[in-house]
Amino acid sequence: MSAPYAKLPAWADYGLIPLINLAVAFIVAGFVVLLIGENPLRAAAIIVDGALGYGQGVAYTLYYATSFIFTGLAVAVAFHCKLFNIGGEGQAYVGGLGVAAACLTFDSILPWWLTFPLAVAGAAIAGAAWAFIPAYLQAKRGSHIVITTIMFNFIAASLMVYLLVNVLKPAASQAPQTRNFLEGGQLPKINWMLEALGFSIRSAPLNVSFFLALLAAFLVWVLIWRTRLGYEIRMRGHSPKAAHYAGVNEARIIIITMLVSGALAGMMAVNPIMGDLGRLQIDFVTEAGFVGIAVALMGRSHPAGVVPAAVLFGILYQGGAELSFEMPGISRDMLVIIQGLVILFAGALEHMFRPSLQAVFARLPRAGGGALKHGGDA
Amino acid sequence: MAAEKQRDTSFDQKIINGEAGPHMAEAAIALKGISKSFGSVRANRDINLEIAPGTIHGIIGENGAGKSTLMSILYGFYQADSGEIYVNGERALINTPSDAIARGIGMVHQHFMLVHNFTVLENIILGAEGEPLLKTSIAKARSELERLERDYGLEVDPDALIEDLPVGLQQRVEILKALFRGADTLILDEPTGVLTPPEADHLFRILRQLKDEGKTIVLITHKLREIMAVTDNVSVMRQGELVATRETADTTVEELAELMVGRRVLLRVEKGPATPGDVLLSVRDLTVEDSRGVKVVDNVSFEVRAGEIVGIAGVAGNGQSQLLETITGIRRAVSGTVTLDGAPVELTGEADAADLRRRGMAHVPEDRHNMGLVLPFEESENAILGYHWQERYLNGPFLKIEEIRRDAQEKIERYDIRPADARLKTANFSGGNQQKIVLAREMEQDPKVLVVGQPTRGVDVGAIEFIHKRLIDMRDQGKAVLLVSVELDEIRSLSDRILVMFAGRLVGERNTEATEGELGLLMAGVGEKEAAE
Repeated sequence: MSAPYAKLPAWADYGLIPLINLAVAFIVAGFVVLLIGENPLRAAAIIVDGALGYGQGVAYTLYYATSFIFTGLAVAVAFHCKLFNIGGEGQAYVGGLGVAAACLTFDSILPWWLTFPLAVAGAAIAGAAWAFIPAYLQAKRGSHIVITTIMFNFIAASLMVYLLVNVLKPAASQAPQTRNFLEGGQLPKINWMLEALGFSIRSAPLNVSFFLALLAAFLVWVLIWRTRLGYEIRMRGHSPKAAHYAGVNEARIIIITMLVSGALAGMMAVNPIMGDLGRLQIDFVTEAGFVGIAVALMGRSHPAGVVPAAVLFGILYQGGAELSFEMPGISRDMLVIIQGLVILFAGALEHMFRPSLQAVFARLPRAGGGALKHGGDA
Repeated sequence: MAAEKQRDTSFDQKIINGEAGPHMAEAAIALKGISKSFGSVRANRDINLEIAPGTIHGIIGENGAGKSTLMSILYGFYQADSGEIYVNGERALINTPSDAIARGIGMVHQHFMLVHNFTVLENIILGAEGEPLLKTSIAKARSELERLERDYGLEVDPDALIEDLPVGLQQRVEILKALFRGADTLILDEPTGVLTPPEADHLFRILRQLKDEGKTIVLITHKLREIMAVTDNVSVMRQGELVATRETADTTVEELAELMVGRRVLLRVEKGPATPGDVLLSVRDLTVEDSRGVKVVDNVSFEVRAGEIVGIAGVAGNGQSQLLETITGIRRAVSGTVTLDGAPVELTGEADAADLRRRGMAHVPEDRHNMGLVLPFEESENAILGYHWQERYLNGPFLKIEEIRRDAQEKIERYDIRPADARLKTANFSGGNQQKIVLAREMEQDPKVLVVGQPTRGVDVGAIEFIHKRLIDMRDQGKAVLLVSVELDEIRSLSDRILVMFAGRLVGERNTEATEGELGLLMAGVGEKEAAE
């Protein structure tokens, strides 16, 4: 009696609403393009074609998506515990240290497939360590995780500049970056996969960490829905009081969740550093940490939603790059606007269309109740 | 479920349409054909109701019968899907509460709508200030308030802060607020839920006086006793329909109960005498403070033996909740000892509800929505809440999903939880069934001590009967049961010993022979206040 609206069927809740939100975001973005004086339909066509129209584009799209899957999962895991981890950017950045440490140490003695797990572990540990301090402050001191993780993004940026300039830079070099990794510190590309599908690719950074991202998505699902820890995380997320009642140690759960979240964000570093650049350099995260927030919001914090949402943002990134090339009037900032709009509609205004949609569903169906009854008869 | 909803409507027909207007006078309020659905839930179905002017009209029904929805429609919180409202014979379109107020309809809400750090006077003019400058409107309001107080015997200090007033007086402010806005018809939604029996009696005296002054009063309640005590007419709602209207003088408690539930109910629990055994739970000199350092539980001592139910009576907010939470390891104590089956319970360090569960203490919390259950979880996930660490549910770090669901399905069948679907989201169960989920979980652990808070709050009459029976069963199996409830009837019918709590202290112990009046005085702080009135 207290629920004033009809419950939506799951497909509408998880499929239709994100699509509507996305559509509205694009329509509003279209108006912005119009305002600049360009044709929004042509812009849309360029984005889609640039991201999906040819092999090179597809490979880049998936390369970006790989990073976004990691950061999206990081935010999603924390969401399940009602923690808003805004610090993916910093955790991924510091995660780069773990990757570099493994690669710089072992690239001359181990093959890539042995360096790879070491680098992944290093990235996860470094990312988790960077998330630990805000987590501890939240759990034990009640410092709000949103504030502390934002602050830690800035601290991470300064720390990395210091380390790259003063510690990691080879003496002879002018650029704030490490030496290039040898073969043992570089991941093989998987462009052959797309070529097998008939695309032709000259060079693109898509690499084996794409598979690692998909594996991580599956493991996150297992963690959240199939383990005791995941059960306790969700319990705390939905109702801290119930968790307390059930004897779950809240501080412990908060810290563990943030460690997992930070580790996932940190693992993002493997993709650009080992898979593309072949060295640790300044600003390699390129806002993937922030995009992860939008990805998690759009994906409703479920791995099965995070992966497609990450691909969507991969399309926006790759297509957007093409767009600014084809339409000089539209700068890369346009992309930031579209991203912002998607976050606005998919996240902040997530419930804007829900009431009217529920009203529609409530009106449509006596069909809803009726269908149920008929189902019972059959 | 649909099949069961076929109701016995034979006795309903003549009442619904026919009898509503024996008086020739224009009805103060007339509802015609009101229907309202929330999605597939039909909260109100074709309601026809006439309320004669200058009467007290009770509306009674179980939780979820649609009483509050109907009154919310009358007061403009919701709009009916169909149907018409007439006020003093005139068709009225009531789309917002201000429309209702303009038509002379006032509402006293179950949860008071008062600003706690405002004075009585400031609260009364809130939303009806009339002018941009407060000074003049406050002066006007003051004289108007004095008149109201004189006319209706509703004394209250206009300059007192709301937070300093006891609940009974806060309610009086709510009534004054409605009268100040010119209400001729007052709707009171479950007004006695927060009152002691003497306070409730005082409220009824006020209501009668208001009636004598020509006001019309609609009293929504689920307590049969109140209907019999104060109303002239009573309408019964069941599953969204108005099934009967009676003159109170011509009906009985038994008939009304039957109309509410649609079948005969046992109003009194049947139980044999208790055979108390060893002391399983012992509480000594327990003191608990809230976050501001105020003593909410003050030097409380008692014990509960195997095979007995000890009831703690008291008006809500006198420390019972904190007492329960401390005993069950959720809240910390300042001092005192609690012993569970002979072994001490850690009270001041890290409170650990999980450890107490391992040692045989089951806890049905007062607040099942926020504490006892995680509403977005599926039923089976809630069926293991707090016991999810048990080996039978785990395979290393992994949950045995199949086993958990099978186990939940078994409990569903044993406790007749409906719908019988362990994978349904818990929020989609009714209050009574949600409570059964909690009870099944806690009782099936075969605990030594069962601590139960408000076992039947927001639970329909049918489920109440079931829950009471199960509690008696637990007692007869030799469990120590500690029961806290604000429903005095419940305490009296279930308990073998009754403790009364007031202002954080235990102020008396009585056996089952104690009268309601006696307990009521204890609950009000040994009648000191009564003497003053």
